[in-house]
Amino acid sequence: MTSFPEAARVELENHQLRTNLRHATQTIRAKRARVVSELPDWEELREAGRRIKQDVLANLDRYLVEFEEAVQAAGGRVHWARDADEANQVVATVARAHGADEVVKVKSLTTDEIRLNEALGEAGIHAIETDFAELILQLDDDWASHILVPAIHRNRSEIREIFARTIAPGIESDDPADLAEAARLYLRERFLAAKVGVSGANFGIAETGTLVVVESEGNGRMCTTLPPVLVSILGIEKLLPRFADLEVFLQLLPRSATGERMNPYTSLWTGVTPRDGPQELHVVLLDNGRTNALADEVGRDALHCIRCSACLNVCPVYSRTGGHAYGSVYPGPIGAILTPQLEGIENAPSLPFASSLCGACYEVCPVKIDIPRILLHLREQAVAAKSARGERTAMKLAAWTFRGAGRFSLAERVAGALGGGRPIHRLPGPLSGWTDSRDLKAPARQSFRSWWRKR
Amino acid sequence: MQIALFVTCVGDTMFPEAGRATVDVLEGLGHEVVFPEKQTCCGQMHLNSGYRRDAERLGRRFRSLFERYETVVAPSSSCVGHVREFLGMPNVLELSEALVAKLGVDDVGATFRARVAYHPTCHSLRVTRVGDAPQRLLGNVRGLELVEVADAEECCGFGGTFAVKNAETSSAMLADKCAAVEASGAEVCTAVDGSCLLQIGGGLSRRGSPVRTMHLAEILASR
Repeated sequence: MTSFPEAARVELENHQLRTNLRHATQTIRAKRARVVSELPDWEELREAGRRIKQDVLANLDRYLVEFEEAVQAAGGRVHWARDADEANQVVATVARAHGADEVVKVKSLTTDEIRLNEALGEAGIHAIETDFAELILQLDDDWASHILVPAIHRNRSEIREIFARTIAPGIESDDPADLAEAARLYLRERFLAAKVGVSGANFGIAETGTLVVVESEGNGRMCTTLPPVLVSILGIEKLLPRFADLEVFLQLLPRSATGERMNPYTSLWTGVTPRDGPQELHVVLLDNGRTNALADEVGRDALHCIRCSACLNVCPVYSRTGGHAYGSVYPGPIGAILTPQLEGIENAPSLPFASSLCGACYEVCPVKIDIPRILLHLREQAVAAKSARGERTAMKLAAWTFRGAGRFSLAERVAGALGGGRPIHRLPGPLSGWTDSRDLKAPARQSFRSWWRKR
Repeated sequence: MQIALFVTCVGDTMFPEAGRATVDVLEGLGHEVVFPEKQTCCGQMHLNSGYRRDAERLGRRFRSLFERYETVVAPSSSCVGHVREFLGMPNVLELSEALVAKLGVDDVGATFRARVAYHPTCHSLRVTRVGDAPQRLLGNVRGLELVEVADAEECCGFGGTFAVKNAETSSAMLADKCAAVEASGAEVCTAVDGSCLLQIGGGLSRRGSPVRTMHLAEILASR
């Protein structure tokens, strides 16, 4: 995996992307702030959300079995998947059993995480993304750069161009309504023809076996209601104990995500209902690294995440680099703490450092994930896992210097003499990163302590 | 009352003027300032860089030097935030919160004739939570005109080693911050953290901007 600084360097060169992102994130940021400020009990809601998720993780073994039994009692089938391969295998097997060479998909990060589309493709099954933005990316062989607004890095003239060479030859207008109509005409046929639908889930209710998908377009609901067979894949951490817990999360999620009081479509389904909707339901419970995160007392809080993306929108790093720099399905601050845990720190050692620790993410997180704290925890793991000898030596030397006031005072005098009192325009080695774009104030000729002694 | 000054390693080396100004302000209000000379660094840089054990050793050292004092004041919200969160030492206060919340002073009798942009640093907002103490103090400085900065609460891009490890991203954040500060019409940009001023000042200097950076303590010590 390309390191974050290297990938970010490329993305930062794209000035159009930076302008688009800045505009888009600031717009969502302001909307979120407005609708959150309307609720006098927002902090209580956040705390309730945090506690419910904490309970879920602490008693996950029990809730998972309860959920499985409830799904089965309602006529669904439950599959347990240790990793991506096992989960993908379930979907392929179901599709084959029904002779489907095409499935329609609800927007789902979890299926992106396990690369379901690629796996189905290898099995000769075409997975069609039906979320408008996901469709744009799929048609362009691109990938999402935002959890909720996957094509945030594309503007409408680029989208027109993508449609013109794929699903809508000759389309000339880049009016949003015309682009949406082109997608609608293409997708309606797919919805009506599909034998199998595939979804993720925002929540799974242990008490009732109910699955919940929250969306804006209604295309998700097409996928969960029209095809006779539905496969829903969810990470094991997506459970909520009781149906009543939705009261908390359906307030937290839309306000944090799109800055809406309520999202346009909330679909709930429990097992199968005779003569209404899919007559066969498969639920895949996915681990894929989650139990590793769960075993980490500090890191496990990342599993509270409800994928709202509020942390992306407020992040000063994400809003400059965009999502692709993170090299993962989960970008932004949450990605920086989730990806290293799901994939192993050795596979993403630069991500915990992709933050200035400004804390804006923690402040907006609807389930109060202390992202800065987990970043520090993972930085410790990254340092232990890698062999950056130069840095380690420098840090050890600094620590040794700081452990003796005499040594520190001497270092100050040396720095003061070397600095020469004038701004420094160029520094050597790794420190040149500072002076490439900034001057450095020179260390003072007289440190505070030497002034203090002489006063 | 007796107040121990924690000048911070960055303050000691790079911003002695902020430390001297802190002494002036506190002594000007009639307090006795002491400076435990064995102090160096609180360990924040090590913790933030992934070297927890070194941070813990420096933390123990810090505690042994400062826990005996009823009130410790530092001209840095970032270091204070670290000391309070990581070491759990509530007796350590950032200068502006010490003045307003602890000493009940929001006018230190300063005069400073300039248009000033206040940059609320991330740690002062979200870790140390100094609230509006700096703005209240600045609001009572004679001759000072406080100007609004767009997206004021967004990070300047410093972030310790982040500024070097992710230099390009840090610089992109800094460019927006410098542009916002310049657009505000300010002559001086101030903050409660020397490290953020190192970043903003370095960016302004490279741009050849006429805007100067000054630590809040220096403005409060101006007569």
